[in-house]
Amino acid sequence: MSVFALVDGNNFYVSCERVFNPKLEGRPVVVLSNNDGCAVARSAEVKALGVKMGMPWFKMQDLARRHGIVALSSNYELYADLSSRMMSILGRYAPEQEIYSIDECFLGFDGFQRYDLMTYGHDMRQTVRQWVGIPVCVGFATTKTLAKLANHCAKKGLTGAEGVCDFTRLNEQEIQELFTRIPVGEVWGVGRKLAERLEERGIAHVDALRRSDAKVLRREFSVVLERTVAELNGVSCLGLDEIAPNKQQIMSSRSFGKYLHDLEPLEQAVASYMAIAAEKLRRQQSKAGLVQVYVRTNPFAEHLPQYQQGLSAPLPEPSDDTLRLIKVARWLLKKIYRPGYAYQKAGVVLMDLQETASLQRSLFAHNPDNERLMEVMDRVNAVWGRGTLRCATEGLQKEWSMKREKKSPNFTTRWDELPEAY
Amino acid sequence: MSLLSLFSALSRPANSPPLRLPLFAHPVRAGFPSPADDYVCDTLDLNEHLIPHREATFFVRAKGLSMIGAGIQDGDLLIIDRSLNPVHRAIVIAVIDGEFTVKRLYKRGGKIRLLAENPDFSPIDLQEGQELQVWGVVTSVIHRLRP
Repeated sequence: MSVFALVDGNNFYVSCERVFNPKLEGRPVVVLSNNDGCAVARSAEVKALGVKMGMPWFKMQDLARRHGIVALSSNYELYADLSSRMMSILGRYAPEQEIYSIDECFLGFDGFQRYDLMTYGHDMRQTVRQWVGIPVCVGFATTKTLAKLANHCAKKGLTGAEGVCDFTRLNEQEIQELFTRIPVGEVWGVGRKLAERLEERGIAHVDALRRSDAKVLRREFSVVLERTVAELNGVSCLGLDEIAPNKQQIMSSRSFGKYLHDLEPLEQAVASYMAIAAEKLRRQQSKAGLVQVYVRTNPFAEHLPQYQQGLSAPLPEPSDDTLRLIKVARWLLKKIYRPGYAYQKAGVVLMDLQETASLQRSLFAHNPDNERLMEVMDRVNAVWGRGTLRCATEGLQKEWSMKREKKSPNFTTRWDELPEAY
Repeated sequence: MSLLSLFSALSRPANSPPLRLPLFAHPVRAGFPSPADDYVCDTLDLNEHLIPHREATFFVRAKGLSMIGAGIQDGDLLIIDRSLNPVHRAIVIAVIDGEFTVKRLYKRGGKIRLLAENPDFSPIDLQEGQELQVWGVVTSVIHRLRP
């Protein structure tokens, strides 16, 4: 019988910040999304104050002043570094690992026979905590959906033990008693809307969902829900996705720090996003055959005239050359740009991706990619940070760029931003 | 950015894979190639030498002169291994009032202190009930002799 674990970092972004800033311990902390918009991570103290996920920063100003909430801009470089350390440690605990997101992974213990999983889980917790400084929770069960639920129980302390929960130790009666206490919305893949519809049918908690007729649910909802019910009953339908496949498309888009009206700053923004996308493209050793650019105004600013448009163009030959890709992107942008609008967001998408190694060069190609230049550019930017060496189209002053006024230093990825000790 | 530092960056590979320097098993001689060139032994990687636990290793910049006696000077680079247990006499990064400090750990006779290695600095005694948070154990100091 196979056993899965789901391990995830508690309030991951906040925990990362706390590793290097111990003063944040015990204080209410939120991490804000791009442009310091809304809460994307909350410490337990902030949750207790009633700050919800996604709450805009301006709406908590009052609360922040009263309770001394510390708000930080997101520092993805730091989070990504600590995440890869955490994943690498966890990967040693099991023969198989699927990294599911920046802060959670599944582990597969196929054929692991009756090791004491609780001890094992506590050991994982302790090691990640000591080595990286991140608190994690561990849930064990016989399917991925159940492991996710066990993780929820571990986090909420529903089964007693701190931070670890093993469903495989519980008997049927204990499972039933536990599941009747968990609302159906906590199940992996059951979103808020679906949860409401299930509740209307009298399926309010997990035990009720588990006992529902899967065939009926399939007919009235979806095959996905049928599979979820099977998984809740211990029938493993989802295996581990071990190797993250190369991305089929690469997107880079951002909201601007303020509205843009003219073509020139828009061109700079689009060129910058393309530079980021092209760098990712080269990192996965692919070339793109199709480029898309889109722009839009702010759909929530209803008093302003609205416009959104996207356009794509195929390349005569797949490319990973930032300069060529930017050229195409600018051409596309000029086609879709209309004056008189307050643009809030732009983005580029690279599609029709092909592996560089397996590409055949076209007979009539006259303008091959400048591979040497791209290599130099990637090296320089790897050492001094993204954008050190860039295309002039990207602009010198990025007046449109994201606001990240409260960002912590890149403690682990920049020599000149290391933590200091006296 | 100086042109010099630009060039030095270019000579480093992207995403900094380990730097491997070949170690030859015989002294270098000019002229006729030695048949022993076929016996290149191994390559030396400083990461391997200094960093046994990659995931648990962090760098911290030392500030001030409190640890001068232990060979830690202002501005030195400290290598921290968080996987190690802080034993008596270990040099550690500890958290005092939310700030990082580098000191020698003293753990004897139920007493825990943080000692500086400089007579100008007094030891930090832990008060009853006060918990010492050791952030990591310092394993090496990198002191540059030229900028």
